[in-house]
Amino acid sequence: MKGGWFRGYAIVYLFVLYAPIILLPIFAFNDSAIVSFPLAGFTTKWFTQMLDEPTLHEALKNSLFIAVSTSIISTLLGVLAARASTRFVFPAKGAIMGLIMLPLVLPEIIAAVSLLVVFLGIGMPLGLLTIILGHVLVCTPFSIAILSAAFQSLDRSLEEAAYDLGETPLSTFYLIILPLVMPGIISSLLITFTISLDEFIMAFFLGGTNVTLPVYIFTQFRFPQSVPVIMALGTILVLLSITLLAIAEYFRRRGIAKTGGKNTGGFL
Amino acid sequence: MTFSAERSTMIEFRDVHKYYGDYHALRGISGEIRAGEFFSLLGPSGCGKTTLLRTIAGFEGISSGAVLIDGKDTAGIPPNKRPTNMVFQSYAIFPHLTVAENVGFGLRRDPRTAAEKARAVDEALEMVGLKGYGARAATALSGGQRQRVALARALILKPKVLLLDEPLSALDKKMRELMQVELIKLQRQVGITFILVTHDQEEALVMSDRIAVMFEGEIAQLADPETLYRRPNSRKVADFIGTMNFIPCKVLGESGGQIEVDAKGLGRVTLSADQAPPAKGGESPVVGLRPETLTLLYPGQNTPDRIADGVVDEVIYFGDMTYYDVYIGGTDVEVRLSMRNVPGRPILEVGNQVQVAWNPSALVLFR
Repeated sequence: MKGGWFRGYAIVYLFVLYAPIILLPIFAFNDSAIVSFPLAGFTTKWFTQMLDEPTLHEALKNSLFIAVSTSIISTLLGVLAARASTRFVFPAKGAIMGLIMLPLVLPEIIAAVSLLVVFLGIGMPLGLLTIILGHVLVCTPFSIAILSAAFQSLDRSLEEAAYDLGETPLSTFYLIILPLVMPGIISSLLITFTISLDEFIMAFFLGGTNVTLPVYIFTQFRFPQSVPVIMALGTILVLLSITLLAIAEYFRRRGIAKTGGKNTGGFL
Repeated sequence: MTFSAERSTMIEFRDVHKYYGDYHALRGISGEIRAGEFFSLLGPSGCGKTTLLRTIAGFEGISSGAVLIDGKDTAGIPPNKRPTNMVFQSYAIFPHLTVAENVGFGLRRDPRTAAEKARAVDEALEMVGLKGYGARAATALSGGQRQRVALARALILKPKVLLLDEPLSALDKKMRELMQVELIKLQRQVGITFILVTHDQEEALVMSDRIAVMFEGEIAQLADPETLYRRPNSRKVADFIGTMNFIPCKVLGESGGQIEVDAKGLGRVTLSADQAPPAKGGESPVVGLRPETLTLLYPGQNTPDRIADGVVDEVIYFGDMTYYDVYIGGTDVEVRLSMRNVPGRPILEVGNQVQVAWNPSALVLFR
């Protein structure tokens, strides 16, 4: 068969990648406190038990607050940076954009430790705000990457036409540019929300006594009896992430189609 | 409108210079565009014609000099405050709005009622032949239709000047020729000054009252189409507009407004002063002749013109026309001439001995 080896390789690759994740829902519905085969029977009790956990509720509330704040702030910063990088020429543009994108590849633990030192040094109390700042640092490069594509596919004469037809630069921005990059903005909001929601290192280092979902999961893992509950929680988180990413990708593609550009990759 | 009255000046360029860093894009542009005329800026890409157009719209600042619209200096006036509107090369139709919303976009700050604005939009759409298209999505239109929407959108504001940046270059040939005629009609109908940027000399000749030919940031010649075609003021302009045969010659003498030259293959000719634009120097002199000013003589035909003997070297058949490349006067000078293919006129073959009639008044001397 033509390409047989490659096909086999691809199948093994995908299996190794996703098999562990498939174990999540399997054990989430398994009627046994011990995570091992053979399966003991079907149950939804881990899900109900999950709902009665006050620390989990607290962690969920924290995570949602952080994720919403982070996605809004980093998308806002992303809009500004993407606009600047696609429209204007300024000195050292390449270097500046490179530095802004650097957190994408920077070891996160180093960034987290550095931030911790800074926050402690200036006497800033650790809490939700410090986690948000850390997450904005991590998420903004993603926002810029998504939004740069959206801004780049905008024909410059659209702006000039609006300007020519009597609008000011400001009204041109919200009448023409904003509606046309809106799919990119939605895409950026969703992706940064997802990233923030399951980010661990920043939340662990910068949270003080405040616990987010990933931190909660990490701490609960020390207690064997709560592992099936974590499995149930993980199942929900995976589904949520996939859904959000799919919606984000839908908006990204629609945005490119809307402005007449060509699809040049993306996250999905 | 009375044509005897001298038209007033709409746009005036006063020694306009534009630099992009070290690059000198506009090198001292001066000239006037009259109110109500169809004016073209013609030149190869990179000659500065679009830059010049954009200085009128206000999208480009100028480094020195002045651009006046209707007598007022435009310095410091942004595009949204200028009495000009532009049709962009890409049309710049807003993809998230309907056709009617696109056309009515410029009326947003207009104090008229919504019903009056809607009527204005309908009228504008009717004017460009898109009656009833208002509710459609702008992205659902063809190239030619987008072009019309862009025109309606710019004209609805009744600007003093309509700026057209290569508006037809994205259309196919048939559509382009159709739109050329429609644009001329539209311009006559609305009476607004149209300024067209194009690299297509044929388009400029067809559409314009006057044309400025630009090379390397300068206006090489500003004239009406016929003057530009018949009396180009330099070899470069002659070469850019249409086809011209250039025949090496020697200037024998000059006296009393008459110039005596000896053109290779044609012999001695006396030219009047208007056939010799000011000398540029630096190049060996040539006389120029358009292909259609040369005529093949068929057996039995007479002509008051002068005659040169020739040998057919190439025959290029175009359907309505045939182009012949002919060596003239027993020399290696080859000229191209065009003959209309009328019934009873046979197509000649390569190697045929022919007689070529030509008239000295058709010659232009470049030196």
